[in-house]
Amino acid sequence: MFKVISNEMVVPNIHLLTVEAPAVAAQIEPGQFVILRSEEDGERIPLSIADWDRDKGTLTFAIVNVGGTTDKLASLRAGTDIPTVVGPLGNATEIGEFGTVVCIGGCYGIGSIYPIARALKEKNNRVITIIEARSSYLLFWEDKYKQVSDKFVTITRDGSRGVRGHITHLPEILGGLPEPANRIIVNGCTFLMKHTSEISRPFGIKTIVSLNPIMIDGTGMCGVCRVSIASKTKFACVDGPDFDGHEVDWAELLQRRKTYIREEAIPLRTSKCEEHAANRRGNIV
Amino acid sequence: MSEPVKRKIDYNRREMPKQLPQVRSHNFYEVALGYPPETAIEEAQRCLQCKKAGCVEKCPVEINIPGFVRCIAEGDFAKGIKILKEKNCLPAVCGRVCPQEEQCESACIMLKKGGQSAIGRLERFLADWEAAQGKLELPEIPKPTGKKVAVVGGGPAGLTVAGDLIKLGHKVTIFEALHKLGGVLIYGIPEFRLPKAIVYREVEYLRMLGVEVVTDFVVGKTRSVENLLREFDAIFIGAGAGLPWFMNIPGENLNGVYSANEYLTRMNLMKGFMFPQYQTPIKEHAKVAVVGGGNVAMDCARTALRLGAETRIIYRRSRQELPARLEEVENAEEEGVIFDFLTLPIRYIGDENGWVKEIEYLKMQLGEPDASGRRSPVPIEGSETILPVDAVVCAIGNSPNPLIPTSTKGLQIGKKGNIVADEATGKTSMEKVWAGGDVVTGAATVILAMGAGRKAARSMHEFLCSG
Ligand SMILES: Cc1cc2nc3c(=O)[nH]c(=O)nc-3n(C[C@H](O)[C@H](O)[C@H](O)COP(=O)(O)OP(=O)(O)OC[C@H]3O[C@@H](n4cnc5c(N)ncnc54)[C@H](O)[C@@H]3O)c2cc1C
Repeated sequence: MFKVISNEMVVPNIHLLTVEAPAVAAQIEPGQFVILRSEEDGERIPLSIADWDRDKGTLTFAIVNVGGTTDKLASLRAGTDIPTVVGPLGNATEIGEFGTVVCIGGCYGIGSIYPIARALKEKNNRVITIIEARSSYLLFWEDKYKQVSDKFVTITRDGSRGVRGHITHLPEILGGLPEPANRIIVNGCTFLMKHTSEISRPFGIKTIVSLNPIMIDGTGMCGVCRVSIASKTKFACVDGPDFDGHEVDWAELLQRRKTYIREEAIPLRTSKCEEHAANRRGNIV
Repeated sequence: MSEPVKRKIDYNRREMPKQLPQVRSHNFYEVALGYPPETAIEEAQRCLQCKKAGCVEKCPVEINIPGFVRCIAEGDFAKGIKILKEKNCLPAVCGRVCPQEEQCESACIMLKKGGQSAIGRLERFLADWEAAQGKLELPEIPKPTGKKVAVVGGGPAGLTVAGDLIKLGHKVTIFEALHKLGGVLIYGIPEFRLPKAIVYREVEYLRMLGVEVVTDFVVGKTRSVENLLREFDAIFIGAGAGLPWFMNIPGENLNGVYSANEYLTRMNLMKGFMFPQYQTPIKEHAKVAVVGGGNVAMDCARTALRLGAETRIIYRRSRQELPARLEEVENAEEEGVIFDFLTLPIRYIGDENGWVKEIEYLKMQLGEPDASGRRSPVPIEGSETILPVDAVVCAIGNSPNPLIPTSTKGLQIGKKGNIVADEATGKTSMEKVWAGGDVVTGAATVILAMGAGRKAARSMHEFLCSG
């Protein structure tokens, strides 16, 4: 059993859940994920790590409540126990001395891109962080980001804070940098990652995405998380979750994620960014 | 009872009652119902009590078969189960899923006239009898040796090692990646062949003996083998063969194409067949094709059938070459699974939403025997055929999961990703580390995994006592 230390709704519908899991906390690295169950006989769902405290032995997740298991996790109170917290799973995000790195987070990715930005900063990279949401009231951890970023940008669809629009503004942001970016890392909904990869391709900037297909065991046993990378089948749980965004078969991933409409494994259906970006693209053409 | 009187050999192998095919094909209850005591006694009395018992030699864990059978014949079930459990810590499981026809029963001298002793059914009878008594007899545990053993993986191999070593006074902790122990017994083999309550019972028995269980713990991720070695005096790796193979043909990533592991895990571990009581989402499929011919394929097909789909097995060789147990093939046939022999899928075709809607396959004919000794299938030119389906389950095999091999320096790994271990002792290339079961052999059987566990436990015990 794993104890819930705190659980707060940080912005509407996004919950910061902190649980005690010392063995996992001792090992976890940026970009890895953990599988949780909210109750006995509950479903197993993968969640990206948003932060941790090795001394206290705790893990923090940013959970978008889309019903089902995420709803149960969202309503857990401090002091209760949950049956499964297993990890750290997947490979850590590569943290090198890249030079200038653009970190992009949306939805739950506003949580999970944080430890990546922090680790990159510790490696003396120039870190440009972009977080995006529908509206300013859905942005969080801005102060945390400012501490680890050389430049911090927010994008809101309604323009209520920072740049108005979507990640389609990335070229302007890149253009405004004094030096070219060496790498882009995106965490968030599939559509944000797909879109960013499409935009960055002509710039020839390596773009790392953290894929979030349906998963069950998270150890390579079930194979439901298959993704096509450069036309080869990979298991996101053990070969990923990070891949080169320019090599991902996005259409296949989006289609596979729809297999179980009821499946709550991937907490990202409420951001409406898919529709928004589709409209945006319509405008551009 | 006095010495059995000399009598004519009874070749009438007693049938075990089963649910009728037309009934069982709509439910998930166990297919075979077990002997009533009278039948068990009759069956046991047929045993010739050979002095040099071939059955024992053929048993990977060397159960004293004539011994426990004789107890049944004499009506002393309590003594029978004791004898059985001396060598087998999972009798209710083995009585159900062991390929007895290739092992103990194949050595029975009554086999010639088709009357081989029904050893598996008798084993099952005793285990079920004990469970029905409601009280388990726990063996005496010697005083603690002070040695600590870590067992990685809670499948049959790991459970056997745990059971053997705890009974020798060592402290045993099992680390299991999933949230339940049992390995394939829990997530793979379906309820109608092996009720999960039986597996829980066997696991509970180990807990009562004092085995410590840590679930949700992935060795190689949560902690490495090397890290565990700082705390434990010896480690056994029984991580199974959990990495599913695909055929690498076009369309395999369409929606509705599953690995057998995924399909069975959803159903068994996550109780999908009890949807909507349990939340695991299960698609309602109308036409399911299962690719493969082993036990796993039979289990998938019979599961799909029970969920109401028209179900077929697609197998590239003929009925004779099916690797599944004959009993399971017959069960599947009786229940109405369609068998398409000599067919090889070459492509899956999707609809506009990315769901599989058709299989394209080639018809095959049998050619020369291949390395496995079976006649190899050769495609017939121009025989491409389209078959409409709405789900495909790929059950063509598994190999060991690379998590431990890749995270453990110094562990010798074989060509197929298996851990290399000595056959007689289970010793690996790493000091203080043993391995056994599917992770060493590749996908095999429950009893072989248990046999490997037994040998490793023996060697580990020697090591622990010497140091
Ligand atoms: C559907 C199906 C039907 C079968 N039918 C039969 C049958 O009728 N008769 C028969 O004899 N055999 C059958 N088999 C084969 C048999 O089940 C296996 O040979 C046997 O279970 C192998 O035992 P094992 O202990 O080696 O591995 P497993 O049973 O695979 O157990 C391994 C365990 O280790 C865990 N694990 C893996 N990696 C880690 C890690 N890194 N850290 C911690 N834990 C880990 C896994 O989660 C699993 O619980 C069947 C197999 C399947 C899939």
